[in-house]
Amino acid sequence: MMDRGNGNGRSDLRIGVYVCHCGINIASMVDVKRVAEQAAAMPNVVVARDYKYMCSDPGQEMVQQDIRELNLNRVVVAACTPLLHEPTFRGACERAGLNPFFCHMVNIREHDAWVHEDREKATVKAIDLIRAAVRRVKHHKALERRTVPINPNVLVVGGGIAGIQAALKIASAGRHVYLVERELSIGGHMAKFDKTFPTLDCAACILTPKMSDVKKHPNITLWTYSEVDKVDGYVGNFKATVRRKPRYINEDTCVGCLECIDACVFKEPRFTDEYNEGLSKRKPMHIPFPQAVPQVTAIDPETCLRFKTGKCKSSCVTVCDRNAIDFDQKERIEEINVGAIILSTGFQTFEPKDRLPQYGYGIYDNIYTALEVERLVNSAGPTEGEVVLRDGSKPRAVGIIHCIGSRDTKSNIWCSRVCCMYSLKLAHLLKERTGAEVYNFYIDMRTPGKGYEEFYNKLLEEGVHFIRGKVGAVNDWAITPEEEGRLVIRVEDTLGGFVRRVPVDMVVLSTGLEPHKDAEDVRRKFNISCSPGGFFLERHPKLAPVETASGGIFLAGCCQGPKDIPDTVAQAGAAAAEALALIDKGVVELEPNTAFIDAESCSGCKSCLSLCPYTAISFIEAEKRAEINEALCKGCGTCVAACPSGSIIQNLFEDEEIFSEIAEVLSNG
Amino acid sequence: MQYSYYPGCSLKGSGRAYEESVLAVFDHLGIELKEIDDWNCCGATAYMSVDERRSFALAARNLAISERDMPESPMVVPCSGCYVTLNKTCHVVKDYPAIKDDVTKALDRAGLKWKNQVPVRHPLDVLMQDVGLDRIKEAVVKPLKGLKIAPYYGCQIVRPYAEFDHQIHPTSMDRMFEALGATVVHYPLKTKCCGGSMTGTAPEVGLRLVYLLLKEAAKREADLMATVCPLCQFNLDAFAKEAARAYGPVNMPVIYFTQLLGLAMGLSEEKLGLQRNIISAKNALKGAAAAAAR
Amino acid sequence: MNIKQSIRYDSERSNEFTKEVMARPGGEMIQACIQCGTCSGVCPMSNYMDRTPRQIIYMAREGFGDEVLRSRTIWMCTSCYACTVECPRGIKITDVMYALKRMAMERGTYPQRFPTSTMARDFFNMVRKNGRINESRLGFLVFLKTNWMRLLTSAGLGLDLIKTGRFSLKQEQIKSKNELNSILSGNGRPE
Ligand SMILES: Cc1cc2nc3c(=O)[nH]c(=O)nc-3n(C[C@H](O)[C@H](O)[C@H](O)COP(=O)(O)OP(=O)(O)OC[C@H]3O[C@@H](n4cnc5c(N)ncnc54)[C@H](O)[C@@H]3O)c2cc1C
Ligand code: SF4
Ligand code: SF4
Repeated sequence: MMDRGNGNGRSDLRIGVYVCHCGINIASMVDVKRVAEQAAAMPNVVVARDYKYMCSDPGQEMVQQDIRELNLNRVVVAACTPLLHEPTFRGACERAGLNPFFCHMVNIREHDAWVHEDREKATVKAIDLIRAAVRRVKHHKALERRTVPINPNVLVVGGGIAGIQAALKIASAGRHVYLVERELSIGGHMAKFDKTFPTLDCAACILTPKMSDVKKHPNITLWTYSEVDKVDGYVGNFKATVRRKPRYINEDTCVGCLECIDACVFKEPRFTDEYNEGLSKRKPMHIPFPQAVPQVTAIDPETCLRFKTGKCKSSCVTVCDRNAIDFDQKERIEEINVGAIILSTGFQTFEPKDRLPQYGYGIYDNIYTALEVERLVNSAGPTEGEVVLRDGSKPRAVGIIHCIGSRDTKSNIWCSRVCCMYSLKLAHLLKERTGAEVYNFYIDMRTPGKGYEEFYNKLLEEGVHFIRGKVGAVNDWAITPEEEGRLVIRVEDTLGGFVRRVPVDMVVLSTGLEPHKDAEDVRRKFNISCSPGGFFLERHPKLAPVETASGGIFLAGCCQGPKDIPDTVAQAGAAAAEALALIDKGVVELEPNTAFIDAESCSGCKSCLSLCPYTAISFIEAEKRAEINEALCKGCGTCVAACPSGSIIQNLFEDEEIFSEIAEVLSNG
Repeated sequence: MQYSYYPGCSLKGSGRAYEESVLAVFDHLGIELKEIDDWNCCGATAYMSVDERRSFALAARNLAISERDMPESPMVVPCSGCYVTLNKTCHVVKDYPAIKDDVTKALDRAGLKWKNQVPVRHPLDVLMQDVGLDRIKEAVVKPLKGLKIAPYYGCQIVRPYAEFDHQIHPTSMDRMFEALGATVVHYPLKTKCCGGSMTGTAPEVGLRLVYLLLKEAAKREADLMATVCPLCQFNLDAFAKEAARAYGPVNMPVIYFTQLLGLAMGLSEEKLGLQRNIISAKNALKGAAAAAAR
Repeated sequence: MNIKQSIRYDSERSNEFTKEVMARPGGEMIQACIQCGTCSGVCPMSNYMDRTPRQIIYMAREGFGDEVLRSRTIWMCTSCYACTVECPRGIKITDVMYALKRMAMERGTYPQRFPTSTMARDFFNMVRKNGRINESRLGFLVFLKTNWMRLLTSAGLGLDLIKTGRFSLKQEQIKSKNELNSILSGNGRPE
């Protein structure tokens, strides 16, 4: 790279200022022509231009040409946020032979045009900000990016359909994957469904082959019943600590014959089966569902007699000819090194019990959540797909209530995106299995997807009732004879414009999708951000939908926001491609905006040590001073501000750079 | 602890039994209720429908007097209508600076100052939170064994401001009655509005609501209904006969929760104002006691 | 059969009306309504209304002022706040109903002989004069003005109340009427 000198002497500074219109985004609130004219008259400014789209090819070309022809050695671009286009303009400078860190951006869109209503004042503000930047760039130094090699392994966290898909893609590209799943089996929510909309294909038929592919794949290490405890490092070089909880069965020797379950001293299943949403019972020795992967049983120490009393003849041990049962199994900790991480931890469904008691869940027996009904209609579920209610009867009429815990400022404000469609699916299945009269209560019918509207049309033709109105209450208050002994739904039929009371025997609550309870912990562990609702935040909603603000960490599936299986699978593919693209490059470039400690003046007070969120600072006992690991430093600046002796300096944010900028913005021009 | 006490118009008129039982129960528990000096009508729904600005000033006068005379004391308000109006005044003044200005000026003209520091609380809230079920249980000498109660909260005690219980499915009274030894029946209409003044202004509607509420309690085999509001009690008790004439026979006594509390603490029916019921609860109480004895 | 058109012309609505509702405390949010109907679903009075609460919010938002103010709905609202606490958009529907009642009275578009509005005014006057309410008297006044026949059917009720010591025609009054007058004078809305 040719260096045109750092130009710190005032006389040889040659600055170019570029003011972007951003279409009308900036130009409608800022007089860009005037801004450019004023900038042209600022000290050391050789050229100042305005242009409709500075980020476009001609815009960038303009900058490059000026650098070459006018011998510029500093560039100030007044445009949008540096988050979006700093790499663009640094790149342009680099191509023209200027060190990219001589380029500085001024945000006159988000910080100015978009937040003001007075054109005159907004224009003056833009001029002030540019003047400050012009003074600041004088102090900029030529900086070099560093490169470090990348570890080619990938960690995938969460083994729902998203994690499964991503893991298989990466593994088949020849890279090694660690797939960490918290539950006993992979499969996530999809494994609980009988059919999937809109094609009604059998969930197990399309999912289980993928699950066993995961198990079989030589490039995949599958750790179920495990969680990531800790992540250190940075893009390309992460170190993760995985905690593997004991299931008291040796995974390597168990062949999944399930004889231990039959042999368990509890002759009848007696304990709540979480996998069936509590609709059936299981034994202490259990397997979540017949097609579980891995095909390995587990012992629940909370209910197992051996664990509870120490006294059990343990017939399970006797029957297992593989000697796989191990009551002494302990928690194991594994440490792995990976270059990229994909988070695919999925979602949880809204819990209506205490949060929305008006819908009667937990008060009346025959009120179900959608997930419970998924199990109820599942041929591998607690009733083998037969729809019988908790009281043993069959429903003559069913009410499906949409938007439970969605689109509501009191619960979750967002639309959960899949509930309309799965409600239609359940309406179809319930009608098919019971012949019941089925009523859907919806606010708006949302069926945007290939074949989705067609599915809705089919349901209409099947004679399912669609009542537009959010239900006010569900209870067992009967007014008319036909309401006696049944559940009554009170609702405004908003299309008819009147209030209705609809007696039913079964109510299905279409509960929305929300982030896991522990999403905040996971977020912190992986050092990423959450959107306002608590789902993980992507780097850009349109242009970087599977990246996060932390390099090397990608998102797939519902942990990023509610979505259906087709979108989840597509996103998982994208995340896999991003991870592979990163890894296959072999090296990462690190930004040079890191901090370093001036060894001379460091007093050894240790204030900075605990502050660094990336644990990049260590203490050299022998020399009684702190030191920053450049590879770990993310340039957040926390330590820089905190150091009492002012010994920490940060590239691109040196005192004279910041102070000169502040001084100028506060001066009167 | 001392509380300031705002009775409101109903408790001095048709809801006298409520005042009698509230005062008796609080006195028995050793809690002082000091009536606010020269209080005025809270304004209620009706005033607010005509002139909102001044309705807040009207309500605020009571709050200002309470704050002036008993700055440390929360204000206890048994009537749900007054409770919601006074609470609303506190909230609205916080949320709308223009209304605050208005109210401050109006009070100023009368030489009153108000810092909006008096919490407005319902006796049910005070009994459940400040006194607590433990102390209540200790005071029980005649458990209400065998008595089946439909707890009726009505609307404005839990909505929209109260924070001491759920707005649609409150359980304070349920828990209290169970502590008194009674049985609480499942009553899905516990927060359905009684119709308020509809019994007077649109009788075909008001009476039907009264009928439905009473009928449902009867269907659930309650011996009586318990209320927390003088207007609910008035509607359900005084219009019961007319409702029965219009819609069908029903006989369901409705009494105040404080009367039940007082009975369990061994206070006399007379002292608690039970003789003021039009649909008498005495037989229901006797019947339950007899059933429990058997 | 009398055939009437059900079309609404744009001249029947005005943005000013919407703005006026939104300018009143509680009315700010009506534009956020998603027309879900929860309010009508929980409203205990919605089956007696000529327009459901949701429709009232909708028409107020669209600016069909006359139709909204002439609706029986606003007078059937008992201020039970069920809608307000349940509305998924945080709209204070009860307060909107109050605002509409006042707007109707200010404009004189309310049903003159409709007892709810009559009662509101009698109540208002009684408080202005005495500082307190006597329910028995108030009931009397309302019956006399709107439906005096009801006095006869309610005669039994009066007797019951007398017997149980709950009926009195004595007007309760507060002592400091001057104080009350100064509070209620001044910059309120004209009566
Ligand atoms: C009732 C219902 C019916 C539906 N029906 C359909 C349908 O018919 N068709 C359709 O297209 N979509 C349907 N969906 C949507 C579908 O469920 C989702 O699109 C899909 O499950 C998303 O997959 P996922 O892998 O992102 O999340 P999940 O399925 O939730 O999987 C996430 C996995 O991560 C694991 N995990 C979570 N946290 C951690 C952690 N910290 N560490 C390790 N592992 C963790 C979980 O145990 C789980 O196995 C339905 C949704 C519901 C609620
Ligand atoms: S509940 Fe709220 S959002 Fe729904 S229709 Fe009523 S006012 Fe609109
Ligand atoms: S406040 Fe009025 S509109 Fe709202 S639910 Fe109650 S009666 Fe209906």
